[in-house]
Amino acid sequence: MPVHSKLEKFEDNWRTSIGGWSLEGKVVLRGKDVFTELNEKPWMEYLLYAATGKESPKIARLMEAMWVICTSFPDPRIWNNRISALAGTARSTGVLAAAGSLAVTEATIYGLKPIKGATDFFYRAEARLSEGKSLEQIVKAELKQFRSIYGYGRPIVDADERVKPMMEFARSIDCGNGKFVKLAFDIDKYLSNTRLKYRINIAAVCAALLADEGLSPMDFYHMATLAFTAGAIPCFIDASNQHEGGFFPLRTSRLSFTGVEEVRHWEV
Amino acid sequence: MTDKSVETITTKIWRETPESDNPFAAADCFCSGYDVYGDLLKNASLIDYLYLLFKLERPTSQQSALLEGLAIALANPGPRDHSVRAAMSAGVGGSTHASALIAALSVGAGNLGGAREVFHAMEYWQLCATNLQDWQQIIKNPPQEGRADVWSPMEHPPGFDPNGISCPTPVIKTLAHLVEVGQTPHLSWLQDNRQQLEEFADCPLAFSGVAAAALFDLIFCLSRQRCSIYYCACPVLPFTLWSRKNLAGGSTLFLPMASN
Repeated sequence: MPVHSKLEKFEDNWRTSIGGWSLEGKVVLRGKDVFTELNEKPWMEYLLYAATGKESPKIARLMEAMWVICTSFPDPRIWNNRISALAGTARSTGVLAAAGSLAVTEATIYGLKPIKGATDFFYRAEARLSEGKSLEQIVKAELKQFRSIYGYGRPIVDADERVKPMMEFARSIDCGNGKFVKLAFDIDKYLSNTRLKYRINIAAVCAALLADEGLSPMDFYHMATLAFTAGAIPCFIDASNQHEGGFFPLRTSRLSFTGVEEVRHWEV
Repeated sequence: MTDKSVETITTKIWRETPESDNPFAAADCFCSGYDVYGDLLKNASLIDYLYLLFKLERPTSQQSALLEGLAIALANPGPRDHSVRAAMSAGVGGSTHASALIAALSVGAGNLGGAREVFHAMEYWQLCATNLQDWQQIIKNPPQEGRADVWSPMEHPPGFDPNGISCPTPVIKTLAHLVEVGQTPHLSWLQDNRQQLEEFADCPLAFSGVAAAALFDLIFCLSRQRCSIYYCACPVLPFTLWSRKNLAGGSTLFLPMASN
């Protein structure tokens, strides 16, 4: 029978260099034996290798500090954590709570979109600078096209309290002196003097730090996937251990209805 | 609660009155003016209520038939489908019922046969409407994303199956049925011009393309009610009906998130 479908060659045939488990009990990740070559790695280094193929204790340590300092505030009022708290108060499971929290961190005004978007912006900005464009031209073009710049500005408050401790930590491990970090703060300085008054937020700081270590936007995106778990899990535990339904209950008067006022009848 | 100003949820969808003995329990619930438990419960069909939740208006009989036909067509893509396989992977390991829904939605949200593809296809409808030349141009020169997004760029013309050979019978039958019951302009035009569009795309029309045209005709506006597109395109219904008897997430069917 002649081959018709583009899919036939893939039937029962998954070709991969990422790795896998074999019947003999061997586990391979990106060409390395998990039990003999990767078994002593700290988890963050293992994740870095799994997600990016890079082996760097320095990047892993930097990433770990980002998870601690920047992404895991245990406050159930924060949108992604709130999902875990709601799951706890509604007596759902911890994993479902974490899954919901993580899923929503792929957000536009915080989380994964700014993380990936800021890294992408810095690489594009750097390329434009090399072509001879000025910083002002680059920023104005970005604002004109997208009306925002990932990594600058912040919902609710202006300044980002995480910038200083993150940069202090980065410098303690000899990071934070590269061209992308300089670019990030140059843009901060420029934007703060415009009518927008946007200030740098932690997404831009982390993006620049990791771009200086050679991580691509996709590298950072994959490494940030689980970054918010340490904030979500305690919020679930807290709500689970308190009165069921007790997390910010809403009385009916908390609905502000702005729709059709008259009572309508559904004619059959 | 004190008299101090408190935050409220602003909504055009839902109004409640409290029970006389409990301000945290609703006595009457109104969805866009309709008494949910005094009227809709007895008189409305599920599909009409679904339409009402998203559009805040009762559907016409044609709109109702169109949405119902689309819902049935998408309800169960069968156990070979990516999203259904995701749900079965939850089932086979004894995972929670809700995780099957999360798994299926996660997979069924994508650029290949999923809600994101429907969204992009609806963007094409918005740009090209029923102008064949515009369709040819946009398929030949698809819009480029200006900056990185969490979604990867489309790898094929949205609404068409990059792995298909000819348009599958269920897609043709669904399109024909929706044209018949809906009598709507974009679906009708799609039926009349399907083969030409398939030549432009170099691949056959897919369910996602039919769903996009149907939803466009139902006027699920892109900017305001993107969530409704996601809902309608993701195979939510199938897992309540097919592989699960007691899906914990059933109430998520009615999350009226789009207009809130």
